[in-house]
Formats: sequence, C-alpha cells, structure tokens
Amino acid sequence: MADVSSYRDQHFKGSRSELDKLLHLSTTMYIGNLAFYTTEGQIYELFSKCGDIKRIVMGLDKFKKTPCGFCFIEYYIREDAENCMRFVNGTRLDDRIIRTDWDAGFLEGRQYGRGKTGGQVRDEYRTDYDIGRGGYGKNAQPKVDMIIFGRNKDALPME
Amino acid sequence: MSRRRVHDSYEDVYGADRGYKKRRRGGSESNDLEDRLESLVLKVGENTTSTIESNLEGLASVLDGDIQNFKKKVLKLLVECAVNMPEKCTIYSTLVGLLNAKNYNFGGEFVENIVRSFKDSLKNNSWNEARVVLRFIGDLVNCHVVSASSFVQLMGSLLDVTKEDGVPNVRKDWYCYAVMSCLPWVGRELYEKRESPLEMLLTTIEVYLNKRPKKHVNMLRIWSTDVPHPQEEYLECLWNQIKKLKHDSWTETIIPRPYLTFDNVLCEALQHNLPPIVPPPHHNACVYPMPWVVYRMFDYTDVTDGHIMPGAHSIERFLVEEHLQQIIDMSCKNRKECATNLMNFVHKNKVPLEYCIVEVIFSLMFHQPKPKYLEVMFGSVFIELSKLSTNTMPLVLAQTTEILYSRIESMHVCAFDRFVSWFAYHLSNFKFSWSWQEWADCLALDPEHPKPKFVREVLQKAMRLSFYERMRDIVPPDFEPLLPEKPEPKFKYAIEKSTLPGQFLSNTLLTKIRNKTTPEDIIEILKEPLMSENGEIMEPADIGISNPTKVDAFVQTLLFIASKSFSHAFAAITKFISVFKALGETDDGQLQILRSTFELWSADQQMLTVLIDKMLKTQIIECSSVANWIFSKDMIPEFTKLYIWEILSLTINKMSRHVDRLTRELNEAREKLRTTAAISNSSDDSDTETEKAEVKPRQLTTTTFGGQGVPMDVDDNVTEEMVERMEEKLEMAQADQKNLFLIVFQRFIMILSEHLVKCDTDDRPFDTYWYKYTVGRLQQVFLAHHEQVQKYSSTLEGLLFTQDLDIHILEVFHQFLALRS
Repeated sequence: MADVSSYRDQHFKGSRSELDKLLHLSTTMYIGNLAFYTTEGQIYELFSKCGDIKRIVMGLDKFKKTPCGFCFIEYYIREDAENCMRFVNGTRLDDRIIRTDWDAGFLEGRQYGRGKTGGQVRDEYRTDYDIGRGGYGKNAQPKVDMIIFGRNKDALPME
Repeated sequence: MSRRRVHDSYEDVYGADRGYKKRRRGGSESNDLEDRLESLVLKVGENTTSTIESNLEGLASVLDGDIQNFKKKVLKLLVECAVNMPEKCTIYSTLVGLLNAKNYNFGGEFVENIVRSFKDSLKNNSWNEARVVLRFIGDLVNCHVVSASSFVQLMGSLLDVTKEDGVPNVRKDWYCYAVMSCLPWVGRELYEKRESPLEMLLTTIEVYLNKRPKKHVNMLRIWSTDVPHPQEEYLECLWNQIKKLKHDSWTETIIPRPYLTFDNVLCEALQHNLPPIVPPPHHNACVYPMPWVVYRMFDYTDVTDGHIMPGAHSIERFLVEEHLQQIIDMSCKNRKECATNLMNFVHKNKVPLEYCIVEVIFSLMFHQPKPKYLEVMFGSVFIELSKLSTNTMPLVLAQTTEILYSRIESMHVCAFDRFVSWFAYHLSNFKFSWSWQEWADCLALDPEHPKPKFVREVLQKAMRLSFYERMRDIVPPDFEPLLPEKPEPKFKYAIEKSTLPGQFLSNTLLTKIRNKTTPEDIIEILKEPLMSENGEIMEPADIGISNPTKVDAFVQTLLFIASKSFSHAFAAITKFISVFKALGETDDGQLQILRSTFELWSADQQMLTVLIDKMLKTQIIECSSVANWIFSKDMIPEFTKLYIWEILSLTINKMSRHVDRLTRELNEAREKLRTTAAISNSSDDSDTETEKAEVKPRQLTTTTFGGQGVPMDVDDNVTEEMVERMEEKLEMAQADQKNLFLIVFQRFIMILSEHLVKCDTDDRPFDTYWYKYTVGRLQQVFLAHHEQVQKYSSTLEGLLFTQDLDIHILEVFHQFLALRS
C-alpha cells in the first residue's frame, strides 16, 4: 500500500528514471483533494499521527495566494511517509476523502496551482459542484458567480 | 517466500510479483518446477474447492516424487512455512507427517532442520519465532514424526530454566510461556501417551507460577479494578486456561487437525527422537519479552449477535485471540488486506467475530508500554472493517465506546489518552456523528472526573481535526461548558495606550518588525532600558537583554504578528532566531520565553505545542526548561490537561532520540576507525599510499538537535580526534538526559508528597482525581521511557526514590524495577 502510484509530474526537470528514483527515496508526500478551507493545523493534527513532520507547504492559488486544495508534507524519515500512504491515504479530512502520493521533493514554485485561472488543473475542468473547492469547476462556471469560500453555514448557495 | 512474507521495501520498489517473475524469466524447466512446487506448498489449505485433506494428500505425493531432486529446497521451504505461517501449523505438520511416513530419512532431516531453527531463534532472542517453532515440534508428535517421550523431555529441560538462580524473571517467564503454549496442540497426545511425565511438567509450572513475584502487574494493567472482568497477568491467564483445558480432558474446539484423517497412515510411520536441546544460558545482552496484562473488555453478556463469546478461562478464547493477532501481524502494512483477512477468519462462525476483533485490536492499541503498531493503523483498520461489516461493526464499535466510557474511571491514563485520540479520529471519519446526549450525566460531575474530562479532551482533539465552530454544532447546547476555548491569540499589548510595563517597547517592536527590521536592530533595541510612553526610563534602568518584561514584549509581539498560521510563526522564529537565542542564554530567559508564549497562546493548545517543539528543535530552549516550566506554579491549572503531557512527552522523546542518534553515530565512527586501522596495519608490507587511496571517503553525519543528520563529507578516514569529539558530545548529551529525568522525577515526587502531606493534615482522603491522574502520569514516564530510564535507576534509587519517601510514591518505582527483573 506504500507503492508509488501511476501519477508522474509532467513538469519534473529530469528523466523519467530520475523521477522514479527520487519517488522511491522520497520523504515528501503530495496531499490532494483538500478543501480550500482546510488549515495547516488540521493537516498537522492528522498527518503527525504517522510521525514527526519536518514541514508543511500549503498549495496556493497562483494569483490569489490562497489555499487551493493541496499541500506537501515533508517527514524526516521514509518509514513515516510510507505509513502515511498506508494509513491516511483514502481516509477523511474535513469530511473529504483525501489522496496522498509520493512527491519527488518540494522546489520553490511548486506550491502554486498550475491551472489557467490560478488553482489546480483539475479544478479547471471538473463539472461537479464541490462546495469545498469553490463550487463548480472554472470551465463549468454558471454566469452568476456562485463560488462560496469558507465554512459559514449560513452562506449556503441557492439550490 | 517473498509472496507471503511482506518484504515491504522490495514490494515498494518492484511490486509484489516482480521478484517472483524475475526468477521465472530465468527460464529453465527445473526453475519452473521449483516455483510451482513453492507455490503449491505456500498455498496449501487455501483452495476452497477441495478439502484440506485431499490438498495435503496430493501435495505429499507430488513432493515425495520430487524429493530426490529438490530435497534441500523442500526442507528449507517447509521450515520457513512452520516459522512464518504459525496459523497453518497443523497443515504443515500433517504434510511433514505424510512425507515422513513415505520417507523416514526425509522426516529425520526435517526434524534436524526444525530443531536447528529452534536453537537459532533462542540464540537470536527471536522469542515469538522460537515459541511457534516449539509448538510446531509439539504438533509433530501428533503426526507421529517426533516421539512423545523425547518431546516431553524437551519440555522438561526448557522448564528447568524456571529453577535457575540469578537470572531475570522475564527469562524464566518466557520459557514457561513457550511450554504452556504448546499444550493446546499436543496436550491430548501427551496425556494419552505420557500421562505422569505430563503431570510432572504441570506441577513444575504450577510451582513456578506460585512463587514468582507479580509486582509489575499494577503498572501494566489498563483497568485498575477487576470488576467486571479480572485483569490477569498473561501467564496467570494462560495457566487458568490450561487448567480448564486439562479439566476438559484436553479437548478443544478450535484447532483444526487434518492429521486425524490420516491417522491410519501416520500411525504406521516410525518416529524420530529429538536431539538433546539445552536452552542457551543467560547473558547480559539477552532481551526477553516484557510481561503484559491480558486486556478484557467483553464477556458473553455483552454479545448480542447470537454467538457465544468463549469464557475468559477457556482455551478457545486464547486460541482465537492469538490467531487474530497473527492475522494482524501478517497484514499490518495493508489495512484493507488486514480487514479482509480478519473478516474471513476461519472460525468466524464459532465466535462473535466483530467482538473478538474489536477486543483484540483495543488490546493491541492499549498495550503497555507502547502499542506494537501506530495508533492510526488501528484506527484505519477499524474504518475498513466498518466498510466490510456495515451492519455489525459500527454497532459493536459504538457499544465498545459506551462500555469504555462507562468504565473510564478505572482506566489507566495511558489508555485514556489513546481512547481520546482514537475516538476523535474515528468521529472525524464519520461526520462527528454521535449521541452525545446519552453522556449528559457527565455534566453534573466534578470537572476533574474522567468522564467530563474525556468529553472535553475528545472535543479538543476533534476540533484540531476540524474547526471550532463545528464543535458547537455537533454537541447539544448543555454541553457548552465542555467545549474547548476558541483557539486565538490573546495579545496583552493589544491596547496601544495601556499602562503595562512592556507596552511602549511592544509598540516600538510592532512597528519595527512590520517594517522588516533586522534581528540585529531588535537586539539593540532590547539592550536599551525600558521606557514608558512619555519617554521616561523605568527604574531600575536595566540594559540586560533577559529582563523578563523585555522578553515578554518581544516574544508576544513577534508571535502575535506571526499568529496567522504555523508557517508564519515558524518563519518568524527562524528570522529572529538570533534574538531568541540571546534572550534564552539564561535559564530564566528560557522560562520567560515559555511563559510569554503560553500567555499569548493559552487558548490554542495545538499552536502552543507546535511552537515549543520548534523552539526545542532550534535550540532556543532546553529540554530542562520545558520540564521546569510544566511543573511551575503558573501551570498548575493546566497540569491535568492532555496537551501538557503531550509537551512533556515530546520533550523527553527529543532528548532520547538525540542520545540514541549520537550513540549510533559514535559506534559507526568507532567501527570505521577500527576497520581503517586494520587496513593500514595490514598494508604495512605493500604500497601504503595506494591502499589508503582505495578506501573510499565515507559520509558521516553529524546530528543537529532538530532531528536531521547533516551529511559531513569526510575526505580522510575517521580520526581518533573525531571519535573523541563524538564521545564528548555523547557524554554531554547523556548528562543532559540524566538531568532531565532527575528534574521530572523530582518534580513529580514533590507535588505528590505535598499533596499527600496536605491531605493527611487536613484529614482528607488523598485518592482524589488529581492524585490518580498524577500517579498515572508518573507511571507513564517510567513505562514510556523505560529503556532510557533503566540507565539511571541506581542514581534514581540513591537520590530520589529513597526509603523515606511515601510508600505510594515509592511503590511506583518498585513496580518499574520489577518490570525487567
């Protein structure tokens, strides 16, 4: 369960085999499908159950510089990261099933979303309505802007 | 064997099947045949379309035919199966029995090999392995491979260890346990063939169990009371189960015995005698398993699913629990597999499966001193089990939570922590949905009572996994007093014009820091005497940088500016680390840093914990300061909150890990020095230059306290001087560690003694919630860090835990000593 997945970062500067080697030695995790409002504190709380965290880098919208639903977690030792894959991947944070995967290592610039509008690429194209990730995907935006941020339960969208 | 044994790193790099296929690609026919045989052997008994017996019969014929060509391989494979698949013990013993019946010499060679494996396990201190191998040998008696008389003799010589003098009790305990745990398998056969030698063995066991000391039990038990379930020490429990088994004529209903079907074939076989086996003598490097108390949570009255829970003293209970634990051990790295295998437990129709699983997992989770696996492993397995058993598991878990809550007053604080942690985590995966109102009784209790404390701490942990406002939503309104504080900073210098002594300084620092001033500049400002708003110098004019007001103004102001998130706070600490270090040069300075941080962040326990962790890592403060601060008068109202224990724990752990790392590095360096010395000695006759050049420069790491090893490129070989420096570093660290433990234990003794004396003079009962909690934490320091504390026991005995101490406090120390005696 601590295996490398099939995802490979297309922006990685280096050969495929270099990437694979780094992934197999890495102590950095990519965490995906977070809600935009999930905080560093929540991430610390859950992921420190696998071991000491060296640092967390929140994924940010390139323009707004606000969290856009992913982050990197660096552990000190590989075993802790493996346990993260085994026991946290596929469980819930903020009621959402989150995904963890190996990452080749954080580099400056990789904390920004690569989507055209600043967030993650997947939020450009998805067609579902996800209240935790700004509502509709960017391409599927209805004319009236209905994006809801934050958790105030009174700010529910109109059905 | 790579298919069955989880070689995890191998799996990660190549995928589980790749190694297997790699061999196949080798291509020769005999390789193929070998692989096929291996596969057949590994999977025997798993084929559900035919019976185990026919499986075995077929396999025995195949192997017998190929034995001449693959004898060594088959022998090795069978021994590995016996060692690594204890849950299939009777299947493989039957297979060996059938092979022995066909080929006496093969049987003899197998016995030799399995005996060698047993001896090796003993020598290597692989205790669990040794125990399952011994049991396998016992089962070979059932299969007419080994003679009953020689096995009884072996059991006798193993039990002789219980008569040894001057050895640790845990050694004698293990040998006794190993012999006892064979009896469910081979008891019947020995009773039939060798009744009086068996009786003698049982008597030896009984005599040993009666006279062995059981002082350690109180430290290891999870429940302080035996109501409703007696909490028995593991040897006692097994002995009671064995006695009942004997009473039932050695018959039990769990162990599958395929050899019975083949009795007519097997009884024709000639048996082998075991060679004499002498238990290796004890020496100082031997480490034996620690004792444990059997965790009991359920009995048949709790079970509502129509099955009968085997009684606490029935051997079935022992067998089921052991088997479930073996399943967990096998699939501990894959939670989905683990859950599936547990739900497919072969005896699921005989027992209330979910209840058994839940009790076993909680017993592992609560195990003292430390659970075998990460708590989150158990938590995630429960989630998977809830997906597989959607109708039953969630209900059993809810029932379990209710039971634990109802008995929480007698739960040890170590288990309390883990229960809190698990429950909050579990709720976070199920929308925090819970019938809190059923626990409304806790609202009327003393706030220090474990019940309201439990709810409070669960809500605190749940909040950390979600957010503050959500907690208000999930509990009924009358639970408000138990809700955590809203986690936000409390900045005392928020009012610019206040008359606080540090206000003017804070205002100055606020502006400067927001304008991106340098740390050097800040230090200069801090050297100036404190001023009030109108520019007057406050008397006495203090140019010392560690003036408490100055420290307070700086720490609170900076951390307030950086209060937005952990990352902001860490960045601020990193940027101004030189200031922090200057302020923390004295012990008082460090204490003030902690106090100020607490004042600002008392409402956010998580932030406080994380900041203190960072300050330790960056060596702004020392471990001893944290310990002193926790036990200070200011912190008395916080003392019984769980986060305080978390902080103390992380502090002690950091120190221990530091010492361990330095020890490891020193040993590596010493080894390197030894080998290079050997090389240069041996190259005296040859060209020394070339020799030295050929020895590759080695990468040594030097440790920072923060936890990383910083690679240090070594151009030359390790020198004596380097090793000496490392030795000094280690000595200093060990002195710090000793000092830390002394502080912690001394403080515990002080507060407990004070309490006992006060209760005595006021004529009040001393057994308050605070007292029970605090004694529990003292026990926990011993237990959680027992390996490290061991090193300093004589100092502790001489300096702190002296005879004049109150017996209740001294008792804890004696329990700790009893753990390894």
